[in-house]
Amino acid sequence: MTQRHRLVQGGLIDRTRPLKFRFNDRTYAGYAGDTLASALLANGVQLVARSLKYHRPRGIVSAGVEEPNALVQLGEGASAVPNLRATEIELFDGLVARSVNAWPSLEHDWLALNGLFAKLMVAGFYYKTFKHSQGLWQRVYEPLIRKAAGFGRAPSGPDPDRYERLNAHCDVLIVGGGPAGLMAARIAARAGARVMLVDDKPTLGGALLSEQRAIDRQPALNWVASVAAELAASPETRVLTRTTAFGHYDQNDVGLIERCGPGASVRERLWHVRARHIVLATGAFERPLVFADNDRPGIMLAGAVRVYINRFGVVPGRRAVVFTNNDSAYETALALMAAGAEVAAIVDSRDAPSGALVDAARAKGIQLHAGHVVVGVRGRSHVRGVRLGRWNQGQALASSDGPGLPCDLLAVSGGWSPAVHLFAQSQGKLRYDEAACAFLPEQADAFQSLAGAINGLVTTASCLEDGTRAGHEALCAIGLSPTGTIAAPSVEELTGGAIEPLWLAPSTRPVGHGRAKHFVDLQNDTTAADILLAEREGFGAVEHMKRYTLTGFGTDQGKTGNINALGILAAKRREAMGGAGTTTFRAPYVPVSFGAIAGRDVGTQMDPVRLTPMHAWHEAHGAEFENVGQWKRPWFYRRGQETMQQAVDRECLAARRAVGVLDASTLGKIELSGADVPEFLNRIYTNGWKTLAVGQMRYGLMCREDGMVFDDGTTARLAPERYLMTTTTGNAAVVLDWLEEYLQTEWPDLKVYCTSVTEQWAVAALAGPKAGAVLDALSPGLGAIAPLGVCEAAIGSIPARLFGVSFSGAPGFEIHVARDHGLALWEAVMSAGAPYGIKPYGTEAMHVLRAEKGYIIVGQETDGSVTPIDLGLDRLVSKQKDFIGRRSLSRPDTARTDRKQLVGLITNDSKIVLPEGAQLVAQGDARAAPPVPMIGHVTSSYWSAALGRSIALALVKGGRARLGETIVARFDGRTVPVQIVKSSFLDEGQGNAHG
Amino acid sequence: MLLIDCPYCGPRDEIEFRYGGEAHIARPLAPDTLDDHAWSEFLFMRDNPKGVTAERWVHVHGCRRWFNVLRCTVSHRIMAVYRAGESRPAIEDRAP
Repeated sequence: MTQRHRLVQGGLIDRTRPLKFRFNDRTYAGYAGDTLASALLANGVQLVARSLKYHRPRGIVSAGVEEPNALVQLGEGASAVPNLRATEIELFDGLVARSVNAWPSLEHDWLALNGLFAKLMVAGFYYKTFKHSQGLWQRVYEPLIRKAAGFGRAPSGPDPDRYERLNAHCDVLIVGGGPAGLMAARIAARAGARVMLVDDKPTLGGALLSEQRAIDRQPALNWVASVAAELAASPETRVLTRTTAFGHYDQNDVGLIERCGPGASVRERLWHVRARHIVLATGAFERPLVFADNDRPGIMLAGAVRVYINRFGVVPGRRAVVFTNNDSAYETALALMAAGAEVAAIVDSRDAPSGALVDAARAKGIQLHAGHVVVGVRGRSHVRGVRLGRWNQGQALASSDGPGLPCDLLAVSGGWSPAVHLFAQSQGKLRYDEAACAFLPEQADAFQSLAGAINGLVTTASCLEDGTRAGHEALCAIGLSPTGTIAAPSVEELTGGAIEPLWLAPSTRPVGHGRAKHFVDLQNDTTAADILLAEREGFGAVEHMKRYTLTGFGTDQGKTGNINALGILAAKRREAMGGAGTTTFRAPYVPVSFGAIAGRDVGTQMDPVRLTPMHAWHEAHGAEFENVGQWKRPWFYRRGQETMQQAVDRECLAARRAVGVLDASTLGKIELSGADVPEFLNRIYTNGWKTLAVGQMRYGLMCREDGMVFDDGTTARLAPERYLMTTTTGNAAVVLDWLEEYLQTEWPDLKVYCTSVTEQWAVAALAGPKAGAVLDALSPGLGAIAPLGVCEAAIGSIPARLFGVSFSGAPGFEIHVARDHGLALWEAVMSAGAPYGIKPYGTEAMHVLRAEKGYIIVGQETDGSVTPIDLGLDRLVSKQKDFIGRRSLSRPDTARTDRKQLVGLITNDSKIVLPEGAQLVAQGDARAAPPVPMIGHVTSSYWSAALGRSIALALVKGGRARLGETIVARFDGRTVPVQIVKSSFLDEGQGNAHG
Repeated sequence: MLLIDCPYCGPRDEIEFRYGGEAHIARPLAPDTLDDHAWSEFLFMRDNPKGVTAERWVHVHGCRRWFNVLRCTVSHRIMAVYRAGESRPAIEDRAP
């Protein structure tokens, strides 16, 4: 296929490098330097998309980031990217793209039938239509809507591409490489500032890439090249092209997304830049005009037409009509004529346009229809002509006697909206300017400057001057002086007259009457009629209107259409334009891929994995692992064909009847030293610590100041001023933070020093009636250690600490050795225990064993709303001293007797293991229709092989007063009667080693 | 992301720090002597000013020291940074 819309010469493309690409399964040709959009237009492809709701044919509207229509799926398989703007995709050889919202094909889209039901699909239709039957919604409407709506498809597999995240600091960050940004960058760089200049196009220049201007009597691009060369040679300046500043966060923190371009080894980079000063030279977006059937392919923004002609050497049509309310579109008419296209007419809504540009167009003999608007468009999949009507400001309708003009291109301009997005994100305030017909930035704060079209400036000369001013302002802000005098260069350009507002071009019938649609937001298929409806139905505030009509949602965030929506809304409400403000500008300014946000933090690099020194042994012995925080802990050890339950039963029975060993190296361990440790522990723990002698340890609970249990564990006194605290595995860092916070902020007078030693010690925990015998086999006499005793010991040649404690309700001991000796210790224990039938056990068996004894696990029996009293641990709550949380235990709420309290549950049918989290209700509510008062929930539930039945722990309202009572667990549609029992399932005296 | 000037380490990104709520709320020396209302005031009630607020931060991925920050809740600008135990610097308290 030939590029029949390509000019023979001109443009910034490289005609010596032809490229082939595929779009919707057809092969086309383009050139290096094209975008996908310019190459499609060169090949005469205007129809590229179907609209969201009505599936109307849609074409390319813009030439940049604001594109609402031309979304495509780029690539195939796992590296496919959905919903990219064709206007932003740089063409490369072999590119494959397809349309995203058409089935079975773009040309024949069955869902275009939706258009017939348009009257049913106005704003808010789903609120009104689908609210009646939940079943219908779930079975019919939602699946249908999900199939019909939405754009691209998710990639088929994990993203194979590489992404990076970088941080940078600079003195001056300049966003936008157009005339204003280049000028500011040159001034800042010459003064020796550390400068970053970012621009979203592959080359610097901004509007100068596509406007015919002479700067200092040379083509503008010569001037751009000289600045670019100067910046490239400046050692403290970094220029990032293909890079979009997407977010302006606190204290000049700016997020950049850099697309590394075709063929790069990294697809995208996400930058966090901290700048001392920011210059926003972000330019302006041209806005479309709203008129009858203004969405037809072949209707384009006038500025975009100039871009395609001047930058890409593509003329999107042969016979054009230009429709405008301002002078900039006259440049398009002149560019079209210069490119050899016919300009059928300029339609200008203003009564008496005047100025140099208007005169130039007249001099070229272009027919001018002043005081006219377009009232209708012929053609469905491509514009074939327009009909005009006469209209004066203030009239509701246009006349129906205007001429019809055949054309294949309609270039429209509704004026320019400054790209204030980053400014507004940084809390900058906007004001509506009547003369510019636009929201302009108010005064920027002291840490940023604004330059160029963002300030509503129109001419290149004024943008260069404004950039000069902003560059000097930036230098002043960072305390540097400019080097010599740098003035803005001179520019030759035609200047224009005043714009007149035209938010909605009236047609011959009122909006919403007849079949014509006046689109405001092309991406979301929002029409002017939708906005009027929203206002009538009470959603007339701008933020309500946005959500009711979807105006400004989607990938383009309404960059082109939002302001028209505000104008239409203001007119309907008979308010001054701009008085109601704008919708909120939020980051990101452009879609940012998850890949870039994740950077290298994917797969195994997402989070560190912590392994104990015995890990390899566990792996070699059939362990399956459980994630506990970042730790991998053995969950259970599978032997042969065992099920998990069989393995856990075997491990539990070993610990109850002989001996088991657990890798407890992951326990949080904090060493405390200093003269005031006993006083500190007394304040941190709920129980008393002053009497703890060297060689002893004790179990304790910590509360938050609100009286709720926060962590538990043991602390041992190793020496007069040296203690070892253990914490829950997942809570070690939090507890250390907690201790340090109180020591630094509340009690800086206490002499206590905390050191995390979690990683320094490996721990083997033995449990079972034969545990003492195994210890003696390891080192004669060790088994005689008293319960809750602590002593130094030696296991062979390995120095160790021995603690007379276990978390199992069985006689038990913990052996701590330096980490490097962990595996040797473990192997020594296994070998010494072999004659006694020692079995390694995992976290699941540990949970069962402790539940049999009624020991709590913080985070399982507690959830931040449970006090020590609720857990029945009154004996650990000192009445003799203050501690963190004590005062809260007598608050009216914590003193209630009907609080949820920890109890045991046994099911009447001993084989039923309740699911953890199951809701408990009173017997009388067993079969009552919901909602039923919930009196508690199951916190832990297991099959106990030792007891030959299921057991459960639960929090039940007033539970301790209800021992023996039968209540009901309701889950999965079942009702299971359960009896409330004490929270320890072992006989008295069994398992006494937990303090 | 805030840029916080740790009084011990210098300016660092917010991700190195953890927030600790309103500053200058001392734990009562004798909680038992407070009635329920006074205790709940200490426990639950915090200022929520529009403007400058004093708050605690800890350089948790740095020196692990606690310190205080004066921050404007409107602009998120940080007006002053000072060590735990020092009194709040006098600055003009206004929302910019």
